Amino acid sequence: MHTKTKQDKSVNSRRSFLKNSGGVALLIGGAGILPQIVSCKNESEIINAVNENGVSAWVQLTKEGLITIFSPATEMGQGSMTALPIIFAEEMDADWDKVSVEFAPQDADLYGRDLKWKGRSMMTFGSTGVMSYYSILRQAGAQARYILLSSAAKRWDVDIKNLTTGPSKIIHKESNREMSYGEVVSFLEIPSNIPTIPDDQLKDPKDFRLIGSVTPRTDIPYKVNGTAQFAMDLKLPDMLYGSINRGRLHGAKPTLKNEGKIKEMPGVVGVYDIGYGIGIVTESVTEGFMARHFLEIDWSKSDASGFNSADAFDTYDKVLEDGKSGKEMHNEGDVKLARESAANTYVFDYKNDYIYHGQQEPLNAVARVAEDGASAEVWIGTQNGVDTAADIAGALGISVASVTVHQQYLGGGFGRRTLSDYGVEAALLAKEVAPRPVKLIWTREDDLQYGMYRPASLQRMEAFTDEDGNLTGFTHDVVGDGVRLIADGSDINGYKIPNHKVVMHIVPHGIRVKHWRAVGHGTNKFAIECMMDEIAAEQNTDPVEFRKKILEPKPLATLEKVATMANWGKSLPSGRARGVAFLERSRTFSSGICEISLDRSSGKIRVHHFWSAHDAGVVIQPDSVVAQMEGGIVMGLSSIFNEQITIVNGEAQQSNYNDYPIIRMHDLPETIETEILKTTTPPAGIGESSTPLVACAVANAFFAMTGKRLRHMPFTPARVLEALAS
Amino acid sequence: MAKYTININDENQEVEASEKTHLLWIVREQLGLMGTKYSCGIGACGACTVHIDGKSTRSCITPITAVIDGQKITTIEGLSSDSSHPVQKAWVEAQVPQCGYCQSGQIMHAAGLLNQNPSPSKEEIVKYMSANLCRCGTYMRIAKAVEMAAGTDS
Repeated sequence: MHTKTKQDKSVNSRRSFLKNSGGVALLIGGAGILPQIVSCKNESEIINAVNENGVSAWVQLTKEGLITIFSPATEMGQGSMTALPIIFAEEMDADWDKVSVEFAPQDADLYGRDLKWKGRSMMTFGSTGVMSYYSILRQAGAQARYILLSSAAKRWDVDIKNLTTGPSKIIHKESNREMSYGEVVSFLEIPSNIPTIPDDQLKDPKDFRLIGSVTPRTDIPYKVNGTAQFAMDLKLPDMLYGSINRGRLHGAKPTLKNEGKIKEMPGVVGVYDIGYGIGIVTESVTEGFMARHFLEIDWSKSDASGFNSADAFDTYDKVLEDGKSGKEMHNEGDVKLARESAANTYVFDYKNDYIYHGQQEPLNAVARVAEDGASAEVWIGTQNGVDTAADIAGALGISVASVTVHQQYLGGGFGRRTLSDYGVEAALLAKEVAPRPVKLIWTREDDLQYGMYRPASLQRMEAFTDEDGNLTGFTHDVVGDGVRLIADGSDINGYKIPNHKVVMHIVPHGIRVKHWRAVGHGTNKFAIECMMDEIAAEQNTDPVEFRKKILEPKPLATLEKVATMANWGKSLPSGRARGVAFLERSRTFSSGICEISLDRSSGKIRVHHFWSAHDAGVVIQPDSVVAQMEGGIVMGLSSIFNEQITIVNGEAQQSNYNDYPIIRMHDLPETIETEILKTTTPPAGIGESSTPLVACAVANAFFAMTGKRLRHMPFTPARVLEALAS
Repeated sequence: MAKYTININDENQEVEASEKTHLLWIVREQLGLMGTKYSCGIGACGACTVHIDGKSTRSCITPITAVIDGQKITTIEGLSSDSSHPVQKAWVEAQVPQCGYCQSGQIMHAAGLLNQNPSPSKEEIVKYMSANLCRCGTYMRIAKAVEMAAGTDS
């Protein structure tokens, strides 16, 4: 958390958008803070209101009835920029046709929500957008409506209790009067007391007009004509271009041997050592790329020197064989007792290699530092603008209040863009050439080779069943790199398994690792769900029936739903087989079934159909969720068949999409069918839910077809052939 | 550095660049047509797709010198002035884009396909569109939208 800098920062950010408005902003406390209404023409009044009350402005309204809602989350394809404003608009009772949406300023005090592990934050991560803002935005929307109602009540001299609203209008039934929200603007008054609207006075979900409807996404019109602005698309006057050679060995330090020669090259403005790389600033993109080819750099050794990913699993195995103690992540019941009293004990290993985010917009940012070095502006697509501002301030040695982050659309995030490194780099280069702005572009090769990978890991499962074959418990040892990344998703929410223990063993390799869509769920659910399948097979039990016995009712409904969708149990054409998986991610329960075929000569698995069913509670945007689930399954397929980062002597051996071949349309299933269960529990997070279903469902289908197990992701043709021959 | 005249979106434009410069960077950073994207730089992903004389082409590996003889270059900005090209309309109808970064390239590639083959079969669509990557995995909707644009959807 950075220091609170309400005074300057909130005023600056607020001033920038209030100036554009011809109407009023309704400044409403996200958590019931005193609201204020301020005419946009009176700037000093706005500044006072903001400074005194710490209020946040979620919406602007003009006399014409145009409504602008400020969305606090990043938009990287997950649809938050539609879903979050819809929640607000629902309670405000806004006419959605009059609504436009803008990114909220990067100010966690005003637009953040409290995270247990972090404090107040605007970070977009872990499928938490809708889940964490649902009640905040409902309350704020309801308060906006209250402000409008109270002004109308005063104008008409009627009791506010007798007023109702329709889409963007206030209705007084007794006198048969109506007025539009826009009409209220000219006589809006600050109510003396704005209550927190109690839950029972929020809309009854059965009256929702917007939540749960199929509403076209607000960003899509700009994404079909090239006008959606990514940071990469900024073009500022006098802008220069930055490019950085960070080497291929993570953590190595550069010594530039030919600075003089590089400085003489066409278009080169400057060459700068940033500690872990050599940055070049040039007049054009092409000149920067050209100059990089001629850099002569000696690289130091680093913690990654000598590391080969092919050897990692021997190391991991040794960690477990040596019985080294790890960090206990979960421990429910008594696994020792379960082991001692077990009728049967099973031990299974699963592994995964490193994979890369591969978001389609390579990392980039545009930065401008003032000539006196005392302030900076950064245009960036980030999952975490607030910390980006703080980190840039730290790097430049200026106050956080002097850094303005302009959020842009993200060309994919998938977990990579919660860090500020690329924003800081742009700022450091811009400082050198201030006040000229610099657009820093990572090449695809930079993005991949200096990437941050989902860590390789080994999962060792030891499972216990009683005499009736019931799964009484299991232990789960996970070994790999990455602090807590590898243990994420090792919980078993949704299952009734009395004894469960997870121990994490960290083995650092000096390789940069990071959250990747669904984080550890991709690897840990693979292990857990394959384990379930193996035990079911040992017992000659249908894998769906096996899970039904140990699932809680709510998650069970997703399994039953997907089994119905897929017509599980029906006889299949020859050469086809099916596999099933269940998991919980960010409180969403998900079940999936796939149908595969196999080319036994090439080792190529083809997925023909994928069905999934999810319970995410109240869903704001059903079609957008279906799109997320479809895309997530495609990304999952890509990751389990095509994607693999191999490290030799600390260096990634892949470089671009040619040797890191993300899945293409010709490898897609014929159908992907998704059902979202209609339930009334508060929204859960769902954006990442389908991706981790894929590995387990496919591996289990492969077993159903061949009687062999795929235990190591990715399931390359070579590994498939090896499994077949085993 | 040399001066060239290129025809882009039906206008002649004077540009200045070294002969090694690829069309992508001229289009984006000199002419400010930012709809055409950089993503791989090696012609592997298709985010930079433009049309040259109506044919789908990867601008990130097309040298500027290959388009200075009056070839007509079309970018996403020139596909239509109001998002009214059938492919663009179908993209909205099918709610295709997620992050959107690859979608200009996808749309230009799909429009290029329909230029050559106004009624492609599903197999032809899949084969042709497999040239372009989408990390968000919007392929199911891309395929559907191309069929909608071609009027071959059922």
